[in-house]
Amino acid sequence: MALAVDLDKTLVADLYRQMVLIRRFEERSGWLYMQGKVRGFLHQYNGEEAIAVGAISVLKDDDYIISHYRDHGHALARGLDPGRVMAELMGKVTGTSGGKGGSMHLFDVSKGFMGGHAIVGGHLPLATGLALAIKYRREERAVLCFFGDGAVSQGEFHESLNLASLWQLPVLFFLENNLYGMGTHVERTHAAGRDVYGAADAYGIASHQIDGMDVVAVREAAAEALLKVRSGDGPVLLEAMTYRFVGHSVQDPVAYRDNAELETWRSRDPIDLFKKSVLEDALMEQSAIDEIEADVATTVDEAVRFAEESDDPPPEALYENVYGAAPHAASEEADHDEADSPEESEDWVADA
Amino acid sequence: MPETTLREAIARGLREAMEGDDRVFLMGEDIDRYQGPYAVTRGLGEQFGPERVKDTPISESAVVGAGVGAAMAGLRPIVEVMTINFILLALDQVVNNAAKLRYMSNGQITVPLVIRTVTGGGAQLAATHSQSLEGWFASVPGLKVAVPSDPYDALGLLRAAIADEDPVIFAEHALLYRTRGEVPDEPYEVAFGEAKVKREGGDVTLVAYSRMVHVALEAAATLAARGVEAEVVDLRTLRPLDIDTVVESVKKTGRAVVVEETWRTGGFAGELASAIQERAFDHLDGPVGRVGGADVPTPYNRGLEEAAFPNAERVIAAIEKLFGI
Repeated sequence: MALAVDLDKTLVADLYRQMVLIRRFEERSGWLYMQGKVRGFLHQYNGEEAIAVGAISVLKDDDYIISHYRDHGHALARGLDPGRVMAELMGKVTGTSGGKGGSMHLFDVSKGFMGGHAIVGGHLPLATGLALAIKYRREERAVLCFFGDGAVSQGEFHESLNLASLWQLPVLFFLENNLYGMGTHVERTHAAGRDVYGAADAYGIASHQIDGMDVVAVREAAAEALLKVRSGDGPVLLEAMTYRFVGHSVQDPVAYRDNAELETWRSRDPIDLFKKSVLEDALMEQSAIDEIEADVATTVDEAVRFAEESDDPPPEALYENVYGAAPHAASEEADHDEADSPEESEDWVADA
Repeated sequence: MPETTLREAIARGLREAMEGDDRVFLMGEDIDRYQGPYAVTRGLGEQFGPERVKDTPISESAVVGAGVGAAMAGLRPIVEVMTINFILLALDQVVNNAAKLRYMSNGQITVPLVIRTVTGGGAQLAATHSQSLEGWFASVPGLKVAVPSDPYDALGLLRAAIADEDPVIFAEHALLYRTRGEVPDEPYEVAFGEAKVKREGGDVTLVAYSRMVHVALEAAATLAARGVEAEVVDLRTLRPLDIDTVVESVKKTGRAVVVEETWRTGGFAGELASAIQERAFDHLDGPVGRVGGADVPTPYNRGLEEAAFPNAERVIAAIEKLFGI
């Protein structure tokens, strides 16, 4: 791995710390799932850390990020509070969505984090719209849109690439190709085979394939792509080749791929690769690495403690934020209260 | 008061909104150079330029989704989907994104988006171009649905829709664009969730919206000649729904018939009939009637098509059969 000259020691430590934070956070989230404290679907990011950390490291504070349902890594790399993210996984009122979104739907608009989105490909039109708003207002911002190889089969992918290119919108489409859409290999879903980036050619969009296990390569490619995106030349598509070290979700027995393939990719673990490289180049000492590991362990412990000690949302949260505070919306909520509130009727519990 | 058409009332609402707020812009197929498939946006492209009156590809999902995304970023897009049949191509964006983002983000994100679209049949366009699907959207929490029947309501509801902080499906009936009515010059809004009694009567309540209001009024005029006075309630919005005005009328008349253009099976009329019997059961002299479209894909042939939609004769026949009046 070649390190760029601009890598100072602070940045190296930050990149390493973020990748380790994501890995330890996911290890803990899986454990909490086994304990029944995290429910629903849990899609973990183990193995793909270099992508979120590398790409987000070159964003500006006012840029937008929009992501898919495997969104913990993007959220943490963007600086969302680990405690509030863990609380959301546990459905607590202190979570990033007050416990109403869950693992797949993390949001922090104050950080430009416009959501994890759980319908495959469904957020690409939203990315296009965010970029349209930037261009409409003649702002300097950009949109970073993460999606997986599975989304490429959706019409929304093709429609969004066409519209974004047609209107020259400032969006970086960042494809995380981990080779499997749920359990189906990309070669069984994409007519052109495992290399997907060529799909952008049809829409006049510049595209490149990069090593998604190399955080520095990701960072440099994203920086270069964003230069073009910000210049008004329209979107860019990057395809980062990667692999998830865990199942599609924690419920996935992973029957569709073999251990040899997993071990091959594990030998290029993005955290190990980076660690080896920075030690060789004397950009970090082993003692600093140990310190980061200890710090991250504390951070994750505190995140779990914060989440566990937080309250569930109150019953009245059920009807909050369906609509804004317009007078007619309020009257509709009042109407619901009359017939459906837990105080008036227990039937809704049985129906739920 | 000056008279205008429903088409002109909508156009005026769009023009005023764009003049008054730079965040408002229009997107849709053929709304600029072509001047609008139903000529509603005629002249707006010349007045406001292509950045604010954007012709789009035939790409409903991306265009509606881009409208949602632009609204997430604080703009106030008005997306025109040529007909409600084509919204089926963008259902994911409407139902999974526009309707849910405020709730799933716990209020961090708002989607002040208006989707204008053309609903209804009666122009011999056959099954894929003749549907009235607004009732489907009325079942989705997070959406609002406006269904104006006359120019006054069309302008008043459009102003309210554009000012709203939440996504609105604004369904204009294809056969009502030439409907004339009085529209004042001074500013006004028609609030969502307020039905209007279009005609007073003490014998039977006819509940309708959009073009079926005119069918109900026609039936009421015929009934009046034989001494039966029908009260006609125009819902104006399906969500929020002003069930109170409907129930108040039914408590007075003791009889109710819901008239809806779409299929009877699973129609919004079923929701209304259920709500009426829940709230006014002791006041009813008979079952709550429904007059809806035939449960068939709409046929092309003129005679068959006429047989597929409610008309005044069928409304009267239903009243006679249900109540013997």
